[in-house]
Amino acid sequence: MAGQQRVYKQKIKSTQTLKKMFRAMELIAASRIGKARDRAVKASPYTRAITRAVSAVASHTDVDHVLTKDRTDTNRVALLVVTSDRGMAGAYSATVLREAERLRAQLIEDGKDPVLYVTGRRGVSFYGFRGIELERTWLGDSDNPRVEVAEEIGQTLLDAFRAPVDAGGVAELHVVYTRFRSMVAQEPQVLRMLPLEVVDGVAEPTSEVMPLYEFEPSADAVLDALLPRYIRSRIFNSLLQAAASELAARQRAMHTATENAQDIITNYTRLANQARQAEITQEISEIVSGADALAAS
Amino acid sequence: MPLNVEIVSPDRTWWSGEAVSIGAPAADGDLGILTGHQPVLAVLRAGVVRVRPTSGEAITMDVDGGFISVDQDSVTIVVDPTTNEDQASGEN
Repeated sequence: MAGQQRVYKQKIKSTQTLKKMFRAMELIAASRIGKARDRAVKASPYTRAITRAVSAVASHTDVDHVLTKDRTDTNRVALLVVTSDRGMAGAYSATVLREAERLRAQLIEDGKDPVLYVTGRRGVSFYGFRGIELERTWLGDSDNPRVEVAEEIGQTLLDAFRAPVDAGGVAELHVVYTRFRSMVAQEPQVLRMLPLEVVDGVAEPTSEVMPLYEFEPSADAVLDALLPRYIRSRIFNSLLQAAASELAARQRAMHTATENAQDIITNYTRLANQARQAEITQEISEIVSGADALAAS
Repeated sequence: MPLNVEIVSPDRTWWSGEAVSIGAPAADGDLGILTGHQPVLAVLRAGVVRVRPTSGEAITMDVDGGFISVDQDSVTIVVDPTTNEDQASGEN
């Protein structure tokens, strides 16, 4: 029965190796979260400045811009889905993809034609498996998004929104990403980014009065420069949030995995001990019965 | 009272501090800003932003575009991310 023991020993060994790996991934994720949050903090002065400026313009002139107008000439709508490049993050990708699918189904129901833009390998393989065509994908750096990539995504989507119908123009832009609420709570979020809805004092609960700005060269020109930047900064922000969420989800998933591995090790150790004891007992009873047989003869 | 200056790009704050004067390449011509300037929101073209801090050496920075907002002596210069690294000389 030595075979039994050996099998258990092997299982313990391999689980221990896995446990080490899970632990390492947990620690890596934990150390990167700090960085990811730091990046989000560093990006916020820019977002704040842009938002302030947009509301300054909006409170002075009637906003009438290409990016704020509803397009009725096409029923194509763009859908940007932000997923992760790697798995091992629990339900992170599944959650955001489920939300994206829900939105996609709803858009189709509304008679629209969703066009998919996806970041992250998980999303790409999800749609690839289902044979759904993707307009454009971005891979790599999902846990550490770079500004250049965000700019490129923003530019692509803005171009799509501005493009004429026969060049593949889209009428709306929806973004599905995961919002980082805290280390334990991340939730999928759907945002309609385009056409922009400019409300006076966009997301700025402040009591200070907006000064009377002078616009250089003109209010329209300023708006022209501001709104694309606003969109791009929003997209960058959602990428940063998604990155922080991914890392938090991975840390938690890996923490659970480490604990489960420990449980398995404990279980198998018990079984291995039992097997060893059974073997000893059997050997003793064999010897005893052998000796008895000799004494009887 | 000095100007309160912040130079930001999407991923970082390039410089922030107090300054005596600022020169920025606005779309229609260079813009010079001293304290008490009227509130202005201007688009920047490619060019050089100059900041004279209250202490220390003057700062020059190449920008590809962006915008500047001046509001009660607090100045925010938003530059595009394509701006080259290590351009902000004399960064503190």
